[in-house]
Amino acid sequence: MEPITTFAGRAVALPIENIDTDQIIPARFLKVTDKAGLGDALFSDWRANPEFILNQPHAAGAKILVAGHNFGCGSSREHAPWALLGFGFQAVVSTYFADIFRNNALKNGLLPIVVDAATLDQLISMCAEDPDTLLSVDLEQQLLLLPDGRRVPFPIDAFSKHCLIHGVDQLGYLQAQAAAIAAYEARHPDRVNTLAAGA
Amino acid sequence: MPKTLFEKVWDAHVVQAADDQSPATLYIDLHLVHEVTSPQAFTVLRERGLRVRRPDHTVATMDHSTPTTPRGADGTIPVTDAVARKQLEQLVANCREFGIPLFELGTANQGIVHVIGPEQGLTQPGMTIVCGDSHTSTHGAFGALAFGIGTSEVGHVLATQCLLQNKPKTCEIRVEGQLQPGVTAKDIILAIIAEIGVGGGTGYVLEYTGSAIRSLSMEERMTICNMSIEAGARAGLIAPDETTFEWLKGRPHAPKGAAWDQAVAEWRTLPSDPGATYDHTVVLDANTLAPMITYGTNPGMGMPITGRVPSPAAQADHSQRIALDKALQYMGLEPEQALLDHPIDVVFIGSCTNSRITDLRAAADILRGNQVAPGVRVLVVPGSQQVKAQAEAEGLDQVFTAAGAEWREAGCSMCIAMNGDQLQPGQYAVSTSNRNFEGRQGRGGRTFLASPLTAAATAIAGRIADVRELLGVAV
Repeated sequence: MEPITTFAGRAVALPIENIDTDQIIPARFLKVTDKAGLGDALFSDWRANPEFILNQPHAAGAKILVAGHNFGCGSSREHAPWALLGFGFQAVVSTYFADIFRNNALKNGLLPIVVDAATLDQLISMCAEDPDTLLSVDLEQQLLLLPDGRRVPFPIDAFSKHCLIHGVDQLGYLQAQAAAIAAYEARHPDRVNTLAAGA
Repeated sequence: MPKTLFEKVWDAHVVQAADDQSPATLYIDLHLVHEVTSPQAFTVLRERGLRVRRPDHTVATMDHSTPTTPRGADGTIPVTDAVARKQLEQLVANCREFGIPLFELGTANQGIVHVIGPEQGLTQPGMTIVCGDSHTSTHGAFGALAFGIGTSEVGHVLATQCLLQNKPKTCEIRVEGQLQPGVTAKDIILAIIAEIGVGGGTGYVLEYTGSAIRSLSMEERMTICNMSIEAGARAGLIAPDETTFEWLKGRPHAPKGAAWDQAVAEWRTLPSDPGATYDHTVVLDANTLAPMITYGTNPGMGMPITGRVPSPAAQADHSQRIALDKALQYMGLEPEQALLDHPIDVVFIGSCTNSRITDLRAAADILRGNQVAPGVRVLVVPGSQQVKAQAEAEGLDQVFTAAGAEWREAGCSMCIAMNGDQLQPGQYAVSTSNRNFEGRQGRGGRTFLASPLTAAATAIAGRIADVRELLGVAV
């Protein structure tokens, strides 16, 4: 994964709460065995409407999605962050994220930025007034920078931040614990054997 | 210090404790794999030259993209969708290459991943269980810590049998009292989600407690835990008890002989200690619950079946007003409208929420000797080949087909609508599944979530029906 420190880009607002992963990418697009082309399927059913925000000219090249609370609820499909990244988004701003979506996003370098409800409302108004609203993100400082000069701090757990900034691969980090894992297995008898014959 | 069930299971699986800089490393006892969320994880293993650390802690099945159409002359289930077929073939190849046992489409033990785990006795109390599927919470019914993960994490577990996890908070959902006739476990969980909302459980692991929960069968407990994720909670647990042990005993992978006695003795230590505390508690009265139905486009938009659709104008919160307005527009419903007698096109009985033998028995009891209303399509989809065989041995398939319903092969079917089973745009369905999101059951399809009893009663009426009337229960 490429290290992420700072980035800036146009923001697009989708002021709807509880946007579920079936909207982000409908299940019929999950029959693939790779990640190619999923950006085209992002919000596929909503994009059937020409008025939909992502069909507007200013959405092309947008990097930050501003969305209502509980973004990414529903299924565990990692195709949701893959599709958002495939479209070009690098961050989603909301008041909170569904747990599995947040985990999946962080593992792929899509930054879930949590702000309070008042800030979210302001961001939504800003995007409505100026479709070319530019936001920038400073991950090191954990700041979302608004066009009016405001610097909005956002939380992120230390480990995810470290992984994103340094491009650390979490699988590699886990593999490095091989000795501890082996020791755990030695101390704990297996609870199940899926390969057991005669079962 | 007294511990909750969750804390006991968590503590027993910590390989490396969390510190200021990193989350805990948690050992996973059982990894369930299916065709949709695993291919890209196997690709990572292949790219890095890694093996599956514990194929003996891993099991795969086919369920999401599999058709549920009748078998061909050769006894196999034909997969006509070329993209789905490639995905299924990929799973076969991956399992072969990495030595993972696989229940292939149409074979005796194949079925929905959350039906077969318990059925095979693989799901046991005190375990950690994961799967690339959000309804992995189902297995919490056995007192296991079970939760859905993404494909990156599927790769982590395949390669290391471990996950990096931040410890969630705990929430007790206490349900006391006794359900009235016609009211089911599905209605309990729909009522809970209506109460706390689809985001109410975010960041929490739920533990369901109370007399109403204790009196439920294992299948009913699975229905409850299954939908924990619909409240935003990755996991939902129920303490193991005699009901759990009795259900598990003798299942293919359950411990045998002395090992069984030893396991039960250990499992008896799992329930939350007296005095253990939760970060949050919600209390529900089972006595006053009615059959529930959803009216909107998320599982939190639910109400008693005799209720009226809420009005967006009456919502205090601006964001909720917009969401409800959008939902009602999609559903083609008016504020203050009753849902009873609303015409429907399709009834779907199935999914990892309600496709087990007791669900099918309940639906069959309503349909027996009755006819599905003209013009209504009814799909009954068993959760596994084992459930299908059991239902056929009991003659339930005959009840369904005699009533005019379709009796199909096992799989996720119309709950996920990526396998050929789907609603047409604009159609209304009463479904026993778990999600009423826009387009979930097919693009433009409109879903009312309800219990198998409500679904069966609705199938006969052709309109949303209160099963209590059929049962002769005073409402």
